[in-house]
Amino acid sequence: MRAFRLVILQNRWFTFLLSLTVFWIVLAMVAPLLAPHDPLATNFARVLQPSSAEYPLGTDQLGRCVLSRLLYGARTSLLLTFMMIGIVFVLGVAIGVIAGFARGLTDTVLMRLSDTLMAFPGLIFAIAVVGMLGPGLFNTVLALSVVWWAKYARMARSLVISLQQKEYVAAAAFSGARKIQIIGRTILPNMISPLIVMAMMDVGGMMLSISGLSFLGLGAQPPNPEWGAMLNEGRRYLQTAPWLLIYPGLAIFSTVIIFNLLGDSLRDVLDPKKNTA
Amino acid sequence: MSRYIVKRLVQLVAVLFGITFLTFLLTYLSPGDPARLMLMSTGVTPSDELVRQVRSELGLDQPFLYRYGTWLAQVVTGDFGTSYKYNRPVLDVLMARLPATLWLTGSAMILVILVSFPLGMLSAVYRNKWLDYVIRLFSFAGLSMPSFWLGMLLMLVFGVQLRLLPVMGNSGWNSLILPACTLAIPLVAQYSRQIRTVLLEETSQNYVIGARSRGVKESIIILRHILPNALLPIVTLMGMTTGALLGGAAIVESLFVWPGVGQMAVDAIFTRDYPLIQGYVIWMAIIYVTLNLLVDVWTHLRDPRIRLDVDV
Repeated sequence: MRAFRLVILQNRWFTFLLSLTVFWIVLAMVAPLLAPHDPLATNFARVLQPSSAEYPLGTDQLGRCVLSRLLYGARTSLLLTFMMIGIVFVLGVAIGVIAGFARGLTDTVLMRLSDTLMAFPGLIFAIAVVGMLGPGLFNTVLALSVVWWAKYARMARSLVISLQQKEYVAAAAFSGARKIQIIGRTILPNMISPLIVMAMMDVGGMMLSISGLSFLGLGAQPPNPEWGAMLNEGRRYLQTAPWLLIYPGLAIFSTVIIFNLLGDSLRDVLDPKKNTA
Repeated sequence: MSRYIVKRLVQLVAVLFGITFLTFLLTYLSPGDPARLMLMSTGVTPSDELVRQVRSELGLDQPFLYRYGTWLAQVVTGDFGTSYKYNRPVLDVLMARLPATLWLTGSAMILVILVSFPLGMLSAVYRNKWLDYVIRLFSFAGLSMPSFWLGMLLMLVFGVQLRLLPVMGNSGWNSLILPACTLAIPLVAQYSRQIRTVLLEETSQNYVIGARSRGVKESIIILRHILPNALLPIVTLMGMTTGALLGGAAIVESLFVWPGVGQMAVDAIFTRDYPLIQGYVIWMAIIYVTLNLLVDVWTHLRDPRIRLDVDV
């Protein structure tokens, strides 16, 4: 594990991207200190104003400060994205590990379920889940977890099965380790790095899915600031107040780019063989 | 060969069966009471007595599996029930809307093919030259771009600033351009990247080295030898992306107020028109799964290597 950390930090590009990400997260965490206004405070005397000294990025249709909403929105968007990746990671890996060890009927049932979910357009299924259960952040989280875990389960299962063939696992079994010890001590640490790469590569896509659903009005509900929802509210002012859609979009775009670059470079660092460039 | 097709057909039925089950389960778990919703949509103030009556008429008081069975039997015959909002059979509403979506996704797909093949090929031929870097930069940006934001920017530039194209609705050929481009650009980014990778993989194969050593012209090697071989994985990718295309259409249609099924589905969510959402999900699943089956069978017929793997 220490060697793992060293390799990562030796790669300058990766370190740079990682510090950008950390910077973004810190920015989101200290939003209350940086935001010039209350993100929910309306000011009807100053509706749809372009940027000024008082409102650096202008105001929206209710006279709320766009910069403050962006900063608070970063909390929702980033927190939600990481939380979702965490949920599907743990859920998917747990199910995959169970399927890979249990084999037999449990394996068949779990894998058929994941086949069905993966043989289906994710966004449409997410729309279906949110559509039936009703719009809202909680249901968005539920919808995306239902759609995304399958991928991790497949990967974890195939890793478990291939690792069980390794000599060091057999050696651990011969030397009298219990099954739970073999899973926790021998197999899990060896399968974690490809799974982490997969999760890192998914962060950008997850953020796009969450903001996409919010843009459709299915995720974060007004007046809560969230980048996709801000774009949804701003779309009616395309002609009169274009800053309402430029800044939140730029926020999503730049964050997703950083995450995608980070994912790519983590893959290159951990797995130099797969470098396609 | 035929065994393979039968096997795939069985899989297809299984997947569709799974999707109908999940869709029905979701409706079952949904918070609203369909009987009450149906009464409210017809303008009747629902009394408890009336709701109970409608519930038993609709069979809502029956156990879950029984209801799923009756519902599935109807769905198989093409009866998805009646839309609460339009008060017409779901199938009629869907069929009236489907052509607009097929136009949109079809033209987006044509755009993707026309643009991403040249880009991917240029990128592979000029590997690690400046042209390759420009194309890859574009492709990376396209992959990180939220489609709804891209659509808004296009609207802002071509609709509001330059006043060249209509911003919303469907009023002739012009209005197809912006939504189709919005849908196509992220996919062009993905495809040109993928085509580049596949072409480079093929280039290192022995048959290419052989052709080169025989002095075959480079342009002929690429067009006659590499491209046909690279086509198979790309066609498979196309089958897979119809899912992203249909899902993306929901976002793009709702942004451009394009009168397709995606926009209809999003509207249906806010009016809690469950039969319409069910119909939409199942139809999208049928289109997606069938297209992928056709793609698989086609690659299977085209590629003797895959055929050997399965039959031997």
